[in-house]
Amino acid sequence: MDFTAITNFLLGRLNIDAFIHDPIMEGAGIALLVGLLGATILLTYLKRWKWLWKWMTSLDPKKIGVMYLVVATIMLLRGLADVLLIRTQQATSVGSSTGILTSDHFQQIFSAHGTIMIFFVAMGIVFGVFNLIVPQQIGARDVAFPFMNSVSFWLFAVGMVLINAPLLIGEFAATGWLAYPPLSELQYSPGVGVDYWIWSLQIAGIGSLLSGINFFVTILKKRAPGMKLMKMPIFVWSVLCSTSLIMFAFPILTATLGMLSLDRLMGMHFFTSGGGGNPMMYINLIWAWGHPEVYILVLPAFGIFSEIVPVFSGKKLFGYTSMVVALLAITILSFTVWLHHFFTMGAGADVNTLFGIMTMVIAIPTGVKVFNWIFTMYRGRIKFATPMLWFMGFVVTFTLGGVAGVLMAVPSIDFQFHNSLFLVAHFHTMIIGGVVFAAFAAFTYWFPKFTGFTLNERLGSYAFWLWLVGFLLAFIPLYILGFMGATRRLDHYDASLGWQGLFIVAGVGVLLICAGVAMQVLQVIVSIRTRNANRVGTDPWNARNLEWATPTPPPEYNFATIPVVSTRDAFWEMKQSKNIPSKHYEPIQVPKSSAFGIFIGFFALLCGFAIIWHIVLMALFGLFGVIILLIIRLTSDNNETTISTEEIQKLETAGGTV
Amino acid sequence: MSELTHEVSQEASTKSLGFWIYLMTDCVLFATLFATYAVLHGSTFGGPTSNQLFDLPFVMTETLLLLTSSFTIGMATLAATTGHKSRTIAWLIITFILGLSFVAMELTEFSHLAMDGNSWARSGFLSAFFTLVGTHGAHISIGLLWMLVMGLRIAKGGLKSLDVRRLALLGLFWHFLDIIWICIFTIVYLMGVQ
Repeated sequence: MDFTAITNFLLGRLNIDAFIHDPIMEGAGIALLVGLLGATILLTYLKRWKWLWKWMTSLDPKKIGVMYLVVATIMLLRGLADVLLIRTQQATSVGSSTGILTSDHFQQIFSAHGTIMIFFVAMGIVFGVFNLIVPQQIGARDVAFPFMNSVSFWLFAVGMVLINAPLLIGEFAATGWLAYPPLSELQYSPGVGVDYWIWSLQIAGIGSLLSGINFFVTILKKRAPGMKLMKMPIFVWSVLCSTSLIMFAFPILTATLGMLSLDRLMGMHFFTSGGGGNPMMYINLIWAWGHPEVYILVLPAFGIFSEIVPVFSGKKLFGYTSMVVALLAITILSFTVWLHHFFTMGAGADVNTLFGIMTMVIAIPTGVKVFNWIFTMYRGRIKFATPMLWFMGFVVTFTLGGVAGVLMAVPSIDFQFHNSLFLVAHFHTMIIGGVVFAAFAAFTYWFPKFTGFTLNERLGSYAFWLWLVGFLLAFIPLYILGFMGATRRLDHYDASLGWQGLFIVAGVGVLLICAGVAMQVLQVIVSIRTRNANRVGTDPWNARNLEWATPTPPPEYNFATIPVVSTRDAFWEMKQSKNIPSKHYEPIQVPKSSAFGIFIGFFALLCGFAIIWHIVLMALFGLFGVIILLIIRLTSDNNETTISTEEIQKLETAGGTV
Repeated sequence: MSELTHEVSQEASTKSLGFWIYLMTDCVLFATLFATYAVLHGSTFGGPTSNQLFDLPFVMTETLLLLTSSFTIGMATLAATTGHKSRTIAWLIITFILGLSFVAMELTEFSHLAMDGNSWARSGFLSAFFTLVGTHGAHISIGLLWMLVMGLRIAKGGLKSLDVRRLALLGLFWHFLDIIWICIFTIVYLMGVQ
């Protein structure tokens, strides 16, 4: 056997060329390394390795939730850095100037931006909030499957590692965030980029599916006694709907990514342009997952605002039942609209009309929700604290974006806007105005729940205004450019088109958003430094639901005594009737920490990396590692530990100091 | 004590619900593969069509093996709930052998097809066929591994209540795969040779 045969066997496609990049990518890679190194040094210097390991192995959903949020925050910064490059390129690459990026690198960047923002920012936020809030809101001590929860997180983290790995090793997909074939097939994308994309999403997607099942079962099985379905907080309803969408949609993603991978690895012909494959089938399948995915993200956002608006209006939520019906209607309808992503496929007038009408119909339950929030505010004592500002920003932008969506639901109009910047502006209005604003509102609202002090209001409102103005400046030009015929994913255009001015305005908008982010970072730092001045009790907002009935910060078991619920807004009712549960403590069983989640994630990472680079031996090793770890964990007994009455006593009385 | 048993049964019903829901998500996965197969059934790209390829008596034998194994795993669950350890293990061994034979027959069919030049790379139709049937086979193999671990655990530690409950879940998994196979047998094979 000669030398190349041996290296091919041991290393697959991996060779020294994989580590050579162009200067900008090299810079990003070096920044990544420096960041990792800095974190390592800092942890060693502060002697925090043990502390970190305790967090990482914890099965406490609140700790897992925080880890989701940390990953999502880091990925938000990465996605934002991608945006800066994209907008700089588009503002400068006009006429004879070619801008700062090569075409190929530009394509990798917009692909990475979309994928990261949806899968690792938005999904990370959603799962983070599920973990932090759902068990407490339903009066439970834990999720249904605590160990599976940890595995879900670590699979998500592995996906995150794989999507950032191309900064150091190899390249990323240049095929857009959904990697349409035949472009994403081996014939046209022979490199490792698409494989990185596939396996990052495949592994993270399995984690999401497991999480979906976990929270669905948690809500159905772990509610406090007396909390009937129609007495659940609306946020819990939104999670129930979102997780049922996950359960129906993510298996489609798993199968579709699997088939694309089989095309690339085994020479199959699912979506190839030759061999009897059918690329349009991929586009149908990926949107049969992709459209529900949009609602997986936005329903929890609706739920968050349904928590915030009543609290800051000092009233109960208007139209609880209609809110629930609207959520359920959106859940079902979201599976009947996927074709509006490709009206131009040519499915014919009948099919396009059906999907066009269904798309317009889904605006009705969404409209019901908007009106319910506004009626909740009507005649309320509204406090314009930061969460409420985010809500106001959300209502305006989300409705604006929604109207643009209804416009595009008309197939004949969509033929004009398909793949234009108008579309890009539309979905950013929905996702930033919906999911991201909700995440910031939730962060400000629930922050004191976990820390005992509020965030700085003044800096919070500065951040809001920078974000809102920046957001409008960044995306309104895109609506206009879309009307003028600018397509998405454009890395160069002719000067005579007169688009440059608008692209520059959009770039300025992005800079304002960055300033908003900087303000948020400052807000957190200042709030932590001045925390003694901002200390609040366990109920800073005069809130309504059970998550505020636990001590601050909430202990691992959440509730020393499981509350009994008799009405909606259970915590509000408790406060009104002065019926605070008695402090009678007994020992509580909680799951022991387990490092198996990390280990399983590690072997999944090896396996995914090896498949991307065609390293057979390592892939098998990773796969067997996962299987053996699962067998060991699932056949082991005694995975629980007991917290004694004395410890509970101590935790319950010590609350409020972080 | 009664509170403790209540807690245990509560946990058991939570796990069982979770497993049912996992099975339904798996159902969606198979539905996707079935839909793909339906779309690509005619995309033979000049290669063989389904009625030139399939050998019905052979597949019928596979089907009977799997259906019988569904019965025998039911017997194993029954024996476990009534506390008969050795009987449980015996039925598990029979189920395991039946399942293994099924997988062996499927692999034989696959290798015959591949050796005749009709592999998964031949056409869109064959890609869909191998993936749909192969995914089912992979599930059966995971079930066999689960059965092996289960059997060893029961042989070593006896019939703990946890094991009995897990055996019931394994049974559920196995029956589910049986139903999927009946769909494959009908849609791929019976309708394929018309």
